[in-house]
Amino acid sequence: MNLIIFSGPPSSGKTSIILKTIDALKKRNITVGVVKFDCLYTDDDILYEKAGIPVKKGLSGSLCPDHFFASNIEEVVQWGLNQNLDMLITESAGLCNRCSPYLKDIKGVCVIDNLSGINTPKKIGPMLKSADIVVITKGDIVSQAEREVFASKVNSVNPKALTMHINGLTGQGAYELSTLLYDEEQQIDSVQGMELRFPMPSALCSYCLGETRIGEAYQMGNIRKIDLGDEHE
Amino acid sequence: MNNLTIEELLDKYPFVTGYFDENKIDVSKYMDRTFEEYLRDISDEDVENWAIDKDKLLEDLEIYIEQMVEFLGIEEEVGVNSLTILSGYDKSGIKEGFDEITINKSEIISIVGPTGSGKSRLLADIEWTAMGDTPTGRSILINGQQPDKKWRFSSNNKLVAQLSQNMNFVMDLTVEEFLELHAASRLVEDVEDTIDRIIEGANNLAGEKFDLNTPITALSGGQSRALMIADTAILSSSPIVLIDEIENAGIDRKKALELLISRDKIVLMATHDPILALMANKRIVIKNGGIEKIIDTSDEEKKLLKELEKIDKTIQEKRNLLRDGKKLSII
Ligand SMILES: Nc1nc2c(ncn2[C@@H]2O[C@H](COP(=O)(O)OP(=O)(O)OP(=O)(O)O)[C@@H](O)[C@H]2O)c(=O)[nH]1
Ligand SMILES: Nc1ncnc2c1ncn2[C@@H]1O[C@H](COP(=O)(O)OP(=O)(O)O)[C@@H](O)[C@H]1O
Ligand SMILES: [Mg+2]
Ligand SMILES: [Mg+2]
Repeated sequence: MNLIIFSGPPSSGKTSIILKTIDALKKRNITVGVVKFDCLYTDDDILYEKAGIPVKKGLSGSLCPDHFFASNIEEVVQWGLNQNLDMLITESAGLCNRCSPYLKDIKGVCVIDNLSGINTPKKIGPMLKSADIVVITKGDIVSQAEREVFASKVNSVNPKALTMHINGLTGQGAYELSTLLYDEEQQIDSVQGMELRFPMPSALCSYCLGETRIGEAYQMGNIRKIDLGDEHE
Repeated sequence: MNNLTIEELLDKYPFVTGYFDENKIDVSKYMDRTFEEYLRDISDEDVENWAIDKDKLLEDLEIYIEQMVEFLGIEEEVGVNSLTILSGYDKSGIKEGFDEITINKSEIISIVGPTGSGKSRLLADIEWTAMGDTPTGRSILINGQQPDKKWRFSSNNKLVAQLSQNMNFVMDLTVEEFLELHAASRLVEDVEDTIDRIIEGANNLAGEKFDLNTPITALSGGQSRALMIADTAILSSSPIVLIDEIENAGIDRKKALELLISRDKIVLMATHDPILALMANKRIVIKNGGIEKIIDTSDEEKKLLKELEKIDKTIQEKRNLLRDGKKLSII
């Protein structure tokens, strides 16, 4: 079974791109299933189900969705194998721009959209910078020039990645993406022992552990203070 | 590259500032040292806090420089003189009604056919330089030869520029700032001169003039389209321009196409507008996913085009009179 990890900011077009890409893969008789990781809520499973795609969802609730991903991906892979899938796609909404779910040696695709503003590539961390393929969506809404500027910004933070423009509504470009994703040679039976491409933050602060009170006396662990300058002192 | 000080590096490859900026790298205190030395001095704490990957930054810089050098080189090369489409199959798997068609630079071809017939698919085949590996089975040749795969994957060397159906701007910038940004991404040297030419070109196409200080989001539909066409013609390095059912109210269509082909572009446009379709010397007729036939625009059609242009001009004049608060009269 192939494993592909999709990630990207909320509402960037991940589901739209995955659905259109699966359409193209189905025509080649490749069976694909999807697992959606999100934080509090998602309707994506209904969209996949409607398209006849085997789907599971995992809500991380009080955990960071990317940490939740790392703790569950092996079980998810086993589910995919049981379903006899040729390809398993995971979709995660990147929430804080700091973590990313990509694993070494597993294709990682980042979906971001042209509307998010030209400084977005600068703001997103490993989720964009360590992806193998970057898909840029919503090009239909902006001008050719904005598409070019946006793509060049993406390229300067991740020159190694393949950057593609895909329209999530019409699917233009999704066929092309599908040819880059499926690899007959790749046989993943387990991700046991594989490594994250980029380490997640290692420390916790008191608020991660349930503290609700504000004030220095209650702050422990990884504390970082905002720098407001010292002109008032 | 690894032995150069940052000062020497920036001197040799000025575009590297773009890489440093986007990656939030402040090298101002390291001008006389190497990039590796800069990276070595980043503390482990900062690496974790700011999600920095030192090895990747070093490796990526090398790739970035290679890509940009190649990009600048290609600009100078002879470039794309012709595009050839080799036939494939329609949606029912029947061979298309032609063997091959070649389009040369400064040529316009229109594409006609009902909605859902496969016009956009043809444009996508060209954009992807299909090699028998798309649903249509078509192949695309550049200068008569199988194209280099770089056209598919390079992000700054796109073969094709596509004018979108709606040309909204979402950035909060003035026309000048916007064009500067675009020029910088194309590594243009004489920015000011280029911007002047684009504004002049755009104002030549649009009914109402605008200037460098106009916010792009305040441009009218016609002005945005005019700016986009002038920008694509003059600033975009892509030799092929695809126009997918462009809305054309508020711009001089004839001048727009003339501007594009005067810049040696190959223009393909999917359209239902007879004035645009007949401006091309050939039109591709699409049916059920396949190219059914290719029609040369006849002398009679060229005459008809003149008539249609007259009607169009009359409508344009009446529109301008209305706008100026005048009364309209017959003739
Ligand atoms: N105009 C336009 N809209 C798009 C495009 N791609 C996606 N959309 C729209 O953007 C919205 C969000 O798309 P989704 O595919 O649900 O985005 P997502 O990244 O899966 O969102 P989450 O999973 O909720 O984070 C939907 O309304 C899509 O129809 C595109 O290329 N152009
Ligand atoms: N030769 C073909 N073989 C298989 N599918 C095709 C072919 N040509 C077009 N299609 C598919 O038909 C659909 C409609 O085509 P599209 O190009 O969007 O039409 P148009 O732009 O003319 O409205 C698309 O899903 C496209 O991929
Ligand atoms: Mg989704
Ligand atoms: Mg279309």
